[in-house]
Amino acid sequence: MPIKKLSFTAIAVGVMALSGAALAQEKTSIQAIEEYREMLQDGNPAELFEAKGEELWKKPRGPKNASLEKCDLGKGPGVVKGAFVELPRYFKDTGKVQDLESRLVTCMSTLQGIDPKEVINGQWGRGERANTTALATWIGAQSKGMAFNLPQSNPQERTMYEVGKRLFFQRGGAHDFACASCHGEEGKRIRLQDLPLLTKAPGDGVGFAAWPAYRVSNGQMWSMQHRLNDCYRQQRFPEPDFASDVTVALGVYLGVNAKGNKSAVPTIKR
Amino acid sequence: MADPMRIRAQAAGDKATVRVLMSHEMESGQRKDASGKLVPAWHISDVTASLNGKPVFSCEWGPAVSKNPFLQFNVKGAKAGDKVSVTWKDNKGDTRTDEATVS
Repeated sequence: MPIKKLSFTAIAVGVMALSGAALAQEKTSIQAIEEYREMLQDGNPAELFEAKGEELWKKPRGPKNASLEKCDLGKGPGVVKGAFVELPRYFKDTGKVQDLESRLVTCMSTLQGIDPKEVINGQWGRGERANTTALATWIGAQSKGMAFNLPQSNPQERTMYEVGKRLFFQRGGAHDFACASCHGEEGKRIRLQDLPLLTKAPGDGVGFAAWPAYRVSNGQMWSMQHRLNDCYRQQRFPEPDFASDVTVALGVYLGVNAKGNKSAVPTIKR
Repeated sequence: MADPMRIRAQAAGDKATVRVLMSHEMESGQRKDASGKLVPAWHISDVTASLNGKPVFSCEWGPAVSKNPFLQFNVKGAKAGDKVSVTWKDNKGDTRTDEATVS
C-alpha cells in the first residue's frame, strides 16, 4: 500500500529532524563552553603559580638552606624538562614508585630539611602544601606539549599499575561509587563538565594531561593530588592521605593509560 | 609583599595590546569565615599604567573584580621597545609596580 508507506517515511523524516535539532543545540552549548575556556586560557592565572614554583625551585630554603636544583625527578639531578610526562615512576633511592608531588616531598625533605609532615598533614592551598602545588605547576609546565610516556620496566611500576586499575574499579562508600562510575564510559558529564573516559588514552590535554589546573570558580590552583583527593570526597569515600600509595597507584594507572597524549599543563578549569 | 604581576605587551600596527595578570586575593567583604565572622574587604582599588613614564590608563576597581584579575587594554602609539609600567594599589595600602617591554 503506497499511502501507508508514504506516511511512515514522513514520520521517519520527522524523527530525524528532531534528533538533528537536539544534536545541533548540544553542540552549540559545548562550543560556547569551549569558547569561554579559550578566552580564559589567555591570561590563565596558573602563570602566577608557575612563577612562584620557579622561584621555590631555585631559592635556597628550609633548615638546610638549599635549593631544589639538585632534585632528581627521574631524569637525573636538576633535569626538569620532560620529567612530568614520565611520572609517576620508580625511584631507586627511596625504593618506591612516586608521583611528582610525593617526589617533591622527598626532595624538600632530603635537600632542604623540610619536614614531610608539613606537606602531608597540611591543608590544601596553605603553607608547604601550597608550595608543593606551585612547584608541580612550574615543573609540569616545562613539559607542555610533550607526550606522556610513563616507564613500566620496573616490576614495582607494573604492580602499581595493577593496583591503580583495581582501585579505579573498586566500588564503595555511601553511594557505592567507583572512579569508573563517572570515568568508565564515553560521553558522561557532571553539570557542564565533560568527564573523560580514563580507561584508555582520553586525548591531548584531557584527564591526566590537564592537571595541575587553575579553577576559576574558587581561584585555586589544583594539583593531581588535589584532583584525586576531591574525586574520592565526591564519591563519599574517606579522603586518601596526601601522596599515599593509593593516589600514586591511581596516578600510574591514569598516566600509563594516557600514553601518547600531549600534556597541556597548566590548564584552566571552570 | 605582593607577588609579581605578569605583563605582556605586543605591538601591532599603531597600537600595542597590553595583557596584565595580577596576583591578589580580591576579598569582596561579603563572605563569612568558618566562625561566621565577616572577612574584611581586601581588594585592588586603583590601577594605573604608563608608557615610557607617561600615564596612559587609570581605573578604579571594587570588590566585584575576580581573584587574580586579568586586565587587557590597547595603547595607541606604542612601539616595540617601549616600556609599559603597571601599578596597582589595594584598599589596605599595599601596592605593586611591574614593568614590561613592548615586543
